[in-house]
Amino acid sequence: MNFFLNLKEAIQSLNSNKLRSLLTLLGVVIGVASVIALLSIGESAGDSITGEIESIGTNVIYILKGNDEEDVSNPEDLTLRDVEALNSSARTSKIAYVAPVVSGASELSFSDVGVETSISGVTPDYQFVQNLTMAEGEFITESQVEGRSAVVILGPQIAETLLGRSSGVVGQTVRIGGYPYRVVGVTEAKGGSAFNNPDNNVYIPISTAQTRLPRSGSSNAVQYILVSVAQAEDADEAINQITTVLRSTHRIPPRNPDDFSILNQQDFLAVAASITNVLTIFLGGIGAISLLVGGIGIMNIMLVSVTERTREIGLRKALGARKIDILTQFLTESVLLSMIGGILGIALGWGISLIVSRIAIQSGTMLNINVTLNSVLLATLFSAAVGIFFGYYPANRAASLAPVEALRYE
Amino acid sequence: MTTYENVIRVENLSKVYQMGEIEVHALRGVSFSVHPGEVLAIMGPSGSGKSTLMNMIGCLDIPTDGDYYLESELVSSLNDNELALVRNQKIGFVFQKFNLLPRATALANVELPLRYAGITNERSKMAQGALEAVGLGDRIQHQPNELSGGQQQRVAIARALVNNPAIILADEPTGNLDSTSGDEIKNLLLDLNHNNGTTLIIVTHDPEVAQIAERVIHLRDGMIESEEVRA
Repeated sequence: MNFFLNLKEAIQSLNSNKLRSLLTLLGVVIGVASVIALLSIGESAGDSITGEIESIGTNVIYILKGNDEEDVSNPEDLTLRDVEALNSSARTSKIAYVAPVVSGASELSFSDVGVETSISGVTPDYQFVQNLTMAEGEFITESQVEGRSAVVILGPQIAETLLGRSSGVVGQTVRIGGYPYRVVGVTEAKGGSAFNNPDNNVYIPISTAQTRLPRSGSSNAVQYILVSVAQAEDADEAINQITTVLRSTHRIPPRNPDDFSILNQQDFLAVAASITNVLTIFLGGIGAISLLVGGIGIMNIMLVSVTERTREIGLRKALGARKIDILTQFLTESVLLSMIGGILGIALGWGISLIVSRIAIQSGTMLNINVTLNSVLLATLFSAAVGIFFGYYPANRAASLAPVEALRYE
Repeated sequence: MTTYENVIRVENLSKVYQMGEIEVHALRGVSFSVHPGEVLAIMGPSGSGKSTLMNMIGCLDIPTDGDYYLESELVSSLNDNELALVRNQKIGFVFQKFNLLPRATALANVELPLRYAGITNERSKMAQGALEAVGLGDRIQHQPNELSGGQQQRVAIARALVNNPAIILADEPTGNLDSTSGDEIKNLLLDLNHNNGTTLIIVTHDPEVAQIAERVIHLRDGMIESEEVRA
């Protein structure tokens, strides 16, 4: 049988009942569009989370108290003593900088504006670990740490919130937990989202934080320690080094597990990847369900069409059509429906992705949505498969009709 | 073209339908032969088995028992695809209700059997020739709803003869037509029989239609009641 004649006949047949064909088409269009849109939104959400984690830097290692993987009772606090030990071992290892952080929530206020926020007590090395550059003023100095100075460094965004501007604020006095602090610097805007935005951070000297911030634990405890290595490849060696040093300062017997955790970017990426994979599968699943519903719509309409055209099928068989001829005829119709629906759906899904991406950018979230070739291929193949899968049953039913019965059908 | 002594030979044909618990004997051992070029009418009241017999002759259904030879080929034992080929190559159907595809032109309707025969190059030319032979050479691009009943039946006849079949099987061909159109169709069928030597089998309950036949087989209760041969 001639392929183009088959196609022409299928178009004629779909054309003869326009409204019905269009409504059936709509089911597939919505299904494919939601697969495309949801998959690309899921993928780009994953990309944006991964991107933020990557912006931490591949050469930063986090040391936290406690160990989730092993059963450790009463883990020892991380202290400044640990930091000193790490610092003194730094000369002989791959460790570049060690930056302990003491953080606590407190109220930050200026005249009548006040926000509850997290305050980080840091050392001068923090600037190098996090690669912070200053828009104005200077970062916290060694002498300010020694003198427990009441000075503060603001992120540009929090400065904007509090003071209404992010430049020319050095020298102003803000209050943290009621105490006055002099602003000595503003960091350069780095960008980011609510998830981890350095532009919203507030830094004070670590010694000041230890005495003034409300927090639990021993007086010389720190929440976490950041360690940077010169080269990302050195991370594993540095982790071994840190483990050795901390086990000795915490006096952990050889067979006992660590009472601290060391995480690097790869660990965060792995966690984020597993979360975003679930997200993508979830969103894709929702899309797939609507595509399934669209497919059932095709099956439904094709079944109606087969019943309506029973006599025609009988006639075709009387004129010499074989089973395969009838099967091909009806499959062509359903695949044509689903393919057209697929193409329109890809266009619509693309449009939806673009709009969502615009909205996200306007609301300040960098969600760079790309419709990937993968999702387009997936949707195309899937819609063709839907056409074949849901078209096969009605087509086979048509092809299996006995010619006598079909001709007699009224 | 090969010539056969009998274009159709039916031996002891019977058909039993299972209607739930009940067995319906639609045909009970029918035997007859048809010569090439003969005009045969099969008559009988409703329920006599003439539709069943027509379905057997048209290879639309297979008999429960007995043999059916079409051009010396035993067709009662063929499978579905082989039967489709026989219908396509050897049998032209003319139905009471024309059975044209409503949204296709006359030409496309006549081309249909050629498509299933796998003919691509000559298709349009052959279909046009068949339409000219039934006097519709100027109507080839018309759709069925733009044609009169008589014209529609002519399209159907063109479709039946386009594959140059061994027999044309007409089931009440004038049943849906007024008498003028009916006469035209009868004459057209006779002309085709005279000019091309196509064997013509007409199934009807209308004695006037049966008059054009050289021989009439009367069926009753699934058996041949009588056979009359005319001059």
